Amino acid sequence: MYNKPLPVPDADTKPFWNGCREGRLLVQCCTACGARRLPPERFCPHCHSADSTWQPVSGRGRIYSWIVVRHPVPDDVYGGDVPYVVALIDLAEGVRIASNLVACDVDAVTADMLVEVVFEAVTETVTLPKFRPV
Amino acid sequence: MWALKDKYAIVGTGYTDYSKNSGTTVLNLATEACLNAANDAGLPPEEIDGLVSFQFNDSVPATSVAAAMGIPAARYAVDIAGGGNAANLVILSAIAAIEAGLAKHVLCYRAMNGRSGFRLGGGRAMQAHGITQFTAPFGWITYPQAMAMWCRRHMIKYGTTTDQLGAIAVTFRDNAVLNPRAMQRQPITLDDYRAARPIVDPFRMLDICLESDGACAVLVTSAARAKDLRHKPVYVMGGAYGGGANQGDDLFDCLRWADHSENYAAYIADDLWAGAGVGPEDVDVAEIYDCFTYSVVAQLEGLGFCRPGEGPDFVQGGRIARDGALPLNTHGGLLSEAYIHGLNHVVEAVDQLRGDAGARQIPEAEIALTTAGAMTCGSALVLRR
Ligand SMILES: [Zn+2]
Repeated sequence: MYNKPLPVPDADTKPFWNGCREGRLLVQCCTACGARRLPPERFCPHCHSADSTWQPVSGRGRIYSWIVVRHPVPDDVYGGDVPYVVALIDLAEGVRIASNLVACDVDAVTADMLVEVVFEAVTETVTLPKFRPV
Repeated sequence: MWALKDKYAIVGTGYTDYSKNSGTTVLNLATEACLNAANDAGLPPEEIDGLVSFQFNDSVPATSVAAAMGIPAARYAVDIAGGGNAANLVILSAIAAIEAGLAKHVLCYRAMNGRSGFRLGGGRAMQAHGITQFTAPFGWITYPQAMAMWCRRHMIKYGTTTDQLGAIAVTFRDNAVLNPRAMQRQPITLDDYRAARPIVDPFRMLDICLESDGACAVLVTSAARAKDLRHKPVYVMGGAYGGGANQGDDLFDCLRWADHSENYAAYIADDLWAGAGVGPEDVDVAEIYDCFTYSVVAQLEGLGFCRPGEGPDFVQGGRIARDGALPLNTHGGLLSEAYIHGLNHVVEAVDQLRGDAGARQIPEAEIALTTAGAMTCGSALVLRR
């Protein structure tokens, strides 16, 4: 049984997680000024408009920074996963997302490495966007 | 900007034993440290009328400490929701309260059973609400994992190496060896640092602060009142709190922060130095918030001790040792004294400025810097004897 933290979607984030379930990476986009934003938020930080849409993005980006987790916390949850990579990824469309880098030797990660999204259904209701080297 | 140069002072400090298992309650720790601070100042606890603390739901409210101390009329009892970022903010808050006439003698404390009770590094709930929806499901959960991401970005941008960070761990431990309060008093070498267990690259065990049970407290009052008390006052020359845009939905959150090779320090430096009327070159000793080795680098750069990217070189060659040009963390810091969440840095700065630091005393220390925070927001003080 899946025992890692699961996102609990709320009014602002539900479209994002629904998109992941459909295999689409969606980014919030301000209707008034066009600025893209992620993580989602009710009001545009640039123009304060509450109107937004959700737009699919390419799912491609570059590694901005990354860590390799070697000591599992908590041990009973991540003991079987270490070492694993968490990365901040700058998507081509100009927003940043945190995720795991998969299908990659943990010691082979480099800055600016090109990556693309892959979707991992971890439970019947939750699909996580992860990334692999292009 | 700060407008109260030298008008307020720290007149007492107090602390408990720092340990892995206090065997007592957080309330008892807080009360002991606060009573010790009042006694140190020579002020009857009955005259305390304000208490300010900070916590993550891991401590006790200021009102309960006031009651435990037998304070008849606490007029300003405030709990700030915060982490290390708030360890100097509590003092600014105390000063603001006194300046506003809300209190006269304010205790600032931090108390926690941080090892035997609630462990900050111990992970989070399995349900990811709010902003943690975008971090925790990927196994990005603990503070070492958070700060390692910032450190890596500095490495990418400037070529910083772990060996350079090792100099910080080794130097602070050298200081802790001379500090009777310190939890870690065995000297370490750079080889020990290199051999330490990898926790989360680029951090090893010796890059990461201790977990501690304990409490410390400082007593703040006006400069005029301070003159009547037991010790020579330690004056607050300047102080600042803040950070850049997008300080996050919680202390972990840095998803919207623009450049992780710099932290809050870059955003408070101008106010801090202008308010204090001095600059980095005037500091005799600095107690820098060191939840991780790397955190020191980002703050030295941000506060202008060196330029961005130069911090890793700056800390080499003995410059930050007790006999160097800028002695840092003379008590051993969070890395080797104890993790009392940065308020223990203020206690040490007061010891240094009073000339009470014993074997680790920096001769003729007149001006000290303390900082608090490592990521998007934080606080700092410039103190003088
Ligand atoms: Zn907008």
